[in-house]
Amino acid sequence: MDPVIELDGLSVHFGAVKALQNLKGAFSGRAIGLLGPNGAGKTTLIHTLLGFHKPATGTARVFGNDVRRQDKAARALIGYMPERDSFIAGMTAVRFIRMMAELSGVPAAHALERAHEALFYVGLGESRYRKLEEYSQGMKQRAKLAQALVHGPRLLFLDEATNGLDPPARERMIELIREIRDTDEVHVVLSSHLLGDVEECCEDVMILKEGEIVYHCNLEEERRANRKFLELELSGSSDDYIQAVRGLGCECAPHTKRRLKMVLPPEMEIRELYRLAAEKQIEIRHLDYKKDSLQDIFLKAMNGVPANSQQSGATEGSHGGL
Amino acid sequence: MAVYEHTYRRYTGAVTPQWTRFLVVARYIFKDVFQSKLLVFFFALCFAFPLACIVTIWIGNSEIVEILETGAIDALDIDAAIFKAFMWVQGGCAFFLTLLVGPGLISRDLANNGLPLYLCRPISRAEYVLGKISVLAILLSSITWMPGFLLYALQSHLDKDNWMTENLGVLTGMFVGFWVTILVLALLILALSAWLKWRPVAAFMMVMIFLTGSFISLVLNGLFRTDWGHITNPFQLFSIVWSSLLGTEIPAGPPVPLAWLGLAALAGFSLLMLHAKIRAYEVVR
Repeated sequence: MDPVIELDGLSVHFGAVKALQNLKGAFSGRAIGLLGPNGAGKTTLIHTLLGFHKPATGTARVFGNDVRRQDKAARALIGYMPERDSFIAGMTAVRFIRMMAELSGVPAAHALERAHEALFYVGLGESRYRKLEEYSQGMKQRAKLAQALVHGPRLLFLDEATNGLDPPARERMIELIREIRDTDEVHVVLSSHLLGDVEECCEDVMILKEGEIVYHCNLEEERRANRKFLELELSGSSDDYIQAVRGLGCECAPHTKRRLKMVLPPEMEIRELYRLAAEKQIEIRHLDYKKDSLQDIFLKAMNGVPANSQQSGATEGSHGGL
Repeated sequence: MAVYEHTYRRYTGAVTPQWTRFLVVARYIFKDVFQSKLLVFFFALCFAFPLACIVTIWIGNSEIVEILETGAIDALDIDAAIFKAFMWVQGGCAFFLTLLVGPGLISRDLANNGLPLYLCRPISRAEYVLGKISVLAILLSSITWMPGFLLYALQSHLDKDNWMTENLGVLTGMFVGFWVTILVLALLILALSAWLKWRPVAAFMMVMIFLTGSFISLVLNGLFRTDWGHITNPFQLFSIVWSSLLGTEIPAGPPVPLAWLGLAALAGFSLLMLHAKIRAYEVVR
């Protein structure tokens, strides 16, 4: 798959502040989560890809378009939902969305049709003739999503899309993002400091810290990798059992007489361990199978603990996820 | 399929030419502008003087009035001076129309962080400003050089002598003079609109710049016993430039090139203010 975003030694400086430093990589995931604490550079990266900031060094490309030299071509393919409240007061939602579509090059007649469609799609169909300043926070967020979608972009930047939403509204927004992702018509980059949002919507994760990519991985692969590590507590003699599980290709290290640590081969299911225990008439009293949550991955990245996925910065070239 | 049954789909149809996008900005503003009854009334009022001028030109060329031999014919000689008076009146109208339309042009977008929504699309900062300027340019043109051209055409038609060729300088002078006025007024009000989110304050500041400039010029002229103090008076600078373009008597003040420079500085300063403020993101210092 052709890369959606390519970063080639991208650095962005604001005076003495190095907002982004030497970012490298080619990303082609369907839904990419951009994580990091406040000030990590998530929004700066999005803004740079939109051509708002001039790179100090390096380049960035969106669908092969250089964001400096071919900024308009790149922006024509992008939909952007900003973090902050963004609208034009005094306009009805449908007029606002129509204008945004026309600014992206959609002819007036099509723009009107698409504005109606986009508003129905995000659930604002019934209130599309209301003025934007009369909208609730959740409605404003959805109007922002509609304006980002109206011209049919190939890449959607969602900056803190669930900010200020109550739980049902957040759930609806997450559902929408997943729906958009699953259309296979658009790539989504979701920037958030809420791990739950990213975990629910994204396949790939890029973690930024102090302007650098400190980690990136495919979430599913990451989880699969972590399925191997288990800790067991047994009752009775474990020698036969250890021999049996080793026979199935498990790496097994007795911790105490009754406690084992083991690494399962990728193809082996956990239920096999129970089957063997039943055969050897051994009782498994406790099995600790800890899947790395996104929180663990995030904390590891923040603390600089190398994880078992590709370490960023050093990774170049295109790969399936991030 | 009904609109509400559509799911997300990419737009794959034809797109409009890139160079027309700034007109989208202007078109949406026009609809809002003419929703104000005050503005519509004032806009209509701006055509009163051109209508009076049409009547004057007609009388000035009327055989009936000539037959009456009232001596009024001499007073109604249609020349560059008449067109300068026209420029003064219509220039004043342009100033007030700018005060009515201009202050909300950019502040409305900035008030609710709307700029990123424009600039994340294939439209540049320059095109955005061009879209806003074109609103004022079209409105002000319709009350300044356009009716001026009409008057010139009417006089050329009614006068059987070589008035048209003899006064070609009036036509070009009026055109260039009005465009200078439109650009300076439009850039200044847009800069104020970008920096002052409250519309009445932006309009007030515009008035204050012109009035304060006039006041300072009087003080400088008085203190230094010179006419060069008018360099701070935008009204006088316009007057000097217009006079030089129309070929009429140039009023007291700095030399013509300096008057041009003064207006260019005002426009340049406004551009710098716009450059600093029209950004897709807020600069936090």
